[in-house]
Parts: sequence; C-alpha cells; structure tokens
Amino acid sequence: MRKKKIYFDYAATTPVDPRVLKAMLPYFSKKFGNTMSLHSFGQEAKEALEESREIVANLIKAKPEEIIFTSSATESNNLALKGIGLDNRNRGKHIIISPIEHPCIIESAKWLESQGFEITRLKVDKYGQVSPKDVEKTIREDTILVSIIHASNEIGTIQPIKEIGEIIKRKSEILNLKTKIYFHTDAAQSFGKIPIDVNKMNIDLLTASSHKMYGPKGTALLFVKEGTKITPLLHGGGHEAGLRSSTVNVAGIVGFAEACKICQKEIHSVKSARGGISSKTKLFNGVKKESQRLTELRDKLIKGVLEKIKGSHLNGHPQKRLSNNANFWFEFVEGESIVIQLDLLGIAASTGSACSSEKLEPSHVLLAIGLRPQEAHGSLRLSLGRWTTQKDVDYVLKVLPEVVEKLRKISPFRNHGGNKNILFKRNNKAF
Amino acid sequence: MGVIKTFYSKEIIKHFREPRNMGKMKNPSGYGKVGNLICGDVIWLYIKVEKDKKTGKSKIIDSKFQTLGCVVAIAVSSMITTLAKGKTLGEALKITKDDILKMTGKLPGIKVHCSILADDALHEAIYDYLLKNKLPIPKELQERHEKIQKHLKIIEERYKEYIDLEKKILEK
Repeated sequence: MRKKKIYFDYAATTPVDPRVLKAMLPYFSKKFGNTMSLHSFGQEAKEALEESREIVANLIKAKPEEIIFTSSATESNNLALKGIGLDNRNRGKHIIISPIEHPCIIESAKWLESQGFEITRLKVDKYGQVSPKDVEKTIREDTILVSIIHASNEIGTIQPIKEIGEIIKRKSEILNLKTKIYFHTDAAQSFGKIPIDVNKMNIDLLTASSHKMYGPKGTALLFVKEGTKITPLLHGGGHEAGLRSSTVNVAGIVGFAEACKICQKEIHSVKSARGGISSKTKLFNGVKKESQRLTELRDKLIKGVLEKIKGSHLNGHPQKRLSNNANFWFEFVEGESIVIQLDLLGIAASTGSACSSEKLEPSHVLLAIGLRPQEAHGSLRLSLGRWTTQKDVDYVLKVLPEVVEKLRKISPFRNHGGNKNILFKRNNKAF
Repeated sequence: MGVIKTFYSKEIIKHFREPRNMGKMKNPSGYGKVGNLICGDVIWLYIKVEKDKKTGKSKIIDSKFQTLGCVVAIAVSSMITTLAKGKTLGEALKITKDDILKMTGKLPGIKVHCSILADDALHEAIYDYLLKNKLPIPKELQERHEKIQKHLKIIEERYKEYIDLEKKILEK
C-alpha cells in the first residue's frame, strides 16, 4: 500500500484552505456572538456576517442583500424550487429542469409534482448540454421557473447559461406575464471556478456552496434577485431577510467569504471587505489563473488516459467542461472496482456505477447523455483541485492503466476487449 | 497510523486484491453463468468433478471463476471457489449465502445480493454438470435453477435490446 494519498475527488468536497481556517477560528471562541443580539458580542458577529455577505455577493456581481446564507447547496436548491413554486402557484404550476440535475433538484421537483405541479424534464445532447432552443419551445404561459445546473458535478459539462437566461427573459416579456419566469441555476460546482455575473446572465436565483471551493462544510448560499416572489421553508426569528430563520453560522460564513477572497487573490488581495472590490479591478483574473493551470493538468490527464487505456472513453464535453473535471468510462470494467483498487494505491476517485449507489442504479447523468447501463457501470470521475500537481497526474497515468488491465484479466470478457468489441459498438452514435 | 480505512472488511479486500482461482478452466465438468452486464455483475464459474476412488462420491476437485463486477462480486467469487474445492457435490450444494457472509464479514445491506449471485453461480455449475451427465437432479436444485432463469428472463425483457447484443458474443 502506498503511504502518500492523492486526492482526485475535489468535486465531492475540498479541504478547507489553511487561510480560510485561520480566518474562521476567532468566530468559534472569542467572537462567538449571536448576530441577533444587541450587545457588542452580537454586533461584532453581525458585522462579520455583513462583511462576508458583501464579499460573496461581489463574486457574482450581486447586491449583498440578495445573498441568503443557508446550510448546504441541497438546502439552497430546495428553497429555490419549493420557495418559488409555492409562492407563484397562483400564476402557474409549470417548472422546467434538466435531466442532469443534482438529486436535490430532481427530488424537490418530484415532491412539487406530488403537490400538483407539472415538471418538464428537458433532454441533453451526448455531451450533456441543454439546448437553449429546447428551453424556448418548452416555456409556456404557466411556466414559473426554469432550473438548469450551471456545470455538471459528474461530467463537468458547462451549460450555455447566458443564452438560456436571455431566452427566458425574452419569453417572459413576449408572454407579458404578471410575474416573470424565474431562472435558477445550481452553481455548486462552478462558483469560484467560472466567472459568473448574475445580471449579464439574467439569473434570478443561484446556488453556491462553500465546501466545493475550499471553504468549510455546512455553509452555502442562495442568491435571490431583488423583487423575486419566494416563500421561506424555515420559519422563525426572521433571519436572512425572513427567508431563512436559524441562528447564523458566523464562523462558517466567514470561512466561505475568505474562500471567495482567495479565489480572486492572485491579482488582487481584498484588503478591506467594506466597500468590496474596486470597479477597476478585473474580478475574475484570479479564478482564471488557477483555472488555466487546472485545465492544462486536466487535458494531460484526459489525453493520457485515452491514449494509454484501450476501450476508454471521455464523458462530457471535450472543451466546455469544468477545468477540474475528467470523467471516463472503460469497457468491461466495473467502476466501483476501479475506485477501490485506486484507493488501495492511494488515489481517491469516484464512479457513477450502480454498485456504488444506494439505489443500485447507474448514474442518471450518464444515462441521460446516452450511455447504456453497462457503459455507465464502468465510469470513473477524477476531479482536480488547488493542490493537484503534475506529479499526481503522472502517478494516476502510471497506475490507472494497470488497474484497468488487472480487472479486465479477472473479467470473462477480456478476450474480446478493446475497440473491436461488438458489445460496445455503436452504429449511429459517435461516442 | 498506517492503516488505510476501507469501505469493506479486510477479508473482502484480501480476496479482491488477490483473487484466488481466477481464470478460465479448460474442459470444465460444468459451468454456471449468472448475472448480466446491464446490472453490472457477471460471474462465470467453472467446476471440475471427479469420482473419489475411496468413497465413490463425486467431488469438486477444482473450481475457477471469471467475474466482471464490483468489489464484492469479485471477492465472493474468489471465496466461493475456495469453499467449493474439495467438497462433494452434496456438500457443495449445502453452501448457502450465510456461509459466504461468514467469510466476508460485515457487508453493506445492498451488497448482499452479490453473495447470492456467487452462490447461484456454483449451483448453476453443479446443475450443468448433473444435466450433462444425465444424473438425477435434486428437487431443490431444479427449483433454484428455474428461479435463476426466471429472474434472468425478467431482466432480458427489460433490456432486450442490450441483451441481444450480449448474447451474440456469449454464443461465440
């Protein structure tokens, strides 16, 4: 067994950046106040909360008061779908989602369906992209919400969010509705990696999560555009503009904000949170720089795997994908076996195979892009991050072909392996 | 320190890392093919049967497997071939999923079906041997064989298009 462990599962969660941890620590003990208290302890906490709100809002060009802090992306997505659904059901009950959403969107939509809402699930192409034209065709007079994931957590494909946002806005205007058709995007994977401007992209609601970008777990946000009709799910003391009652997790939120700062830091350090970042600063250069480094590593990894392993295929879009996501499927190998073999060799990865899920069904995302069950079973996701190095990629490229070869030796189908196999041959689809 | 935490028990990992009795058997006395690619696990299990000169009973003198599947499917294939070797057919038929579960240690609930799959494979191999040699087939074994085949049919109907392709290759 290898002593050094290499983490290739940044899409699942990320370690807390030491700088983030440092920023958080005082808020556990010294600055422990409740943001709702009138005394100095409370006001100190309140100030930290509002500063954090400003920093986070800046990252997506939102107003601070448009940021609602929550406990997880799951909570944010639940609030977005159910909150919009319940508040706008007098105008309409039609909601549109993509087939490659995170389970928390899919299940929230299912619940709304059971409450009398109508859900349209769009199709995606073989790369996992939604067509803006499909969105246009699907919108009706009683459509109240469209929710499309910004970048897929599994296959990394990035959606044409701006185009979709434009179409929804245009349709809203044409239909001349009393309340607009809201556009929500789950940006849990893209926030901090891809520049987002909620105004330019016509986004009304956006979900982001701290633990996917080197902040702590237990903190996330929902951006809710000013004037949006939305009902809270948690009722109580009226925190977060009445949209999310709960004692505020100040330490977590401070960490989240620090993580956002670091994402931009390469060119510009946010000295004072008050006043945010000056307008002259190019906001996203920091994000871009890290993203370029990761893109290079990712492409080396993808190229290496496809070259070295016969019968291997890339899932998701070759270019329009997250800088840190590589997802493959291998003929005649089962994904969970690959993941555990890699784990024994010190590499942490992930799979969309049925064997690794509680439901014993292969990933809905892989099936949605047209993979057959036996293909989805052989999938492997490697996701990179801030501490991934060229050396790590080299090690994976050395070890992974051996692992696949070993498992194929155990398999009864090995003699048929490789590209000639009719089991995996497709006549009309170029995969 | 030094101990890597794994999702599965030590025993499972041991058999998964270094499976015993792995590979194809030439001229097996019987074989069982269970599971399918659609569900993710396929086990092909071979047995070599010989009559014991002293007792006159039929004995499994060798057993091998080929498996495409998850960690547990591979590990239990290795375990069941280990268990079957040296047993008379009567003894081998008495191996149950509980015997395998004793070997695997704690298994996540949803993975128990993998151990049944390995047990099915052994039963199918013995069934195949008895059928080929026109020997009497115990009632219980007959029933189990029918149950396995019935289950296979259900899957086949659900995924007919895929299975047709799969068959082409299996018949080669």
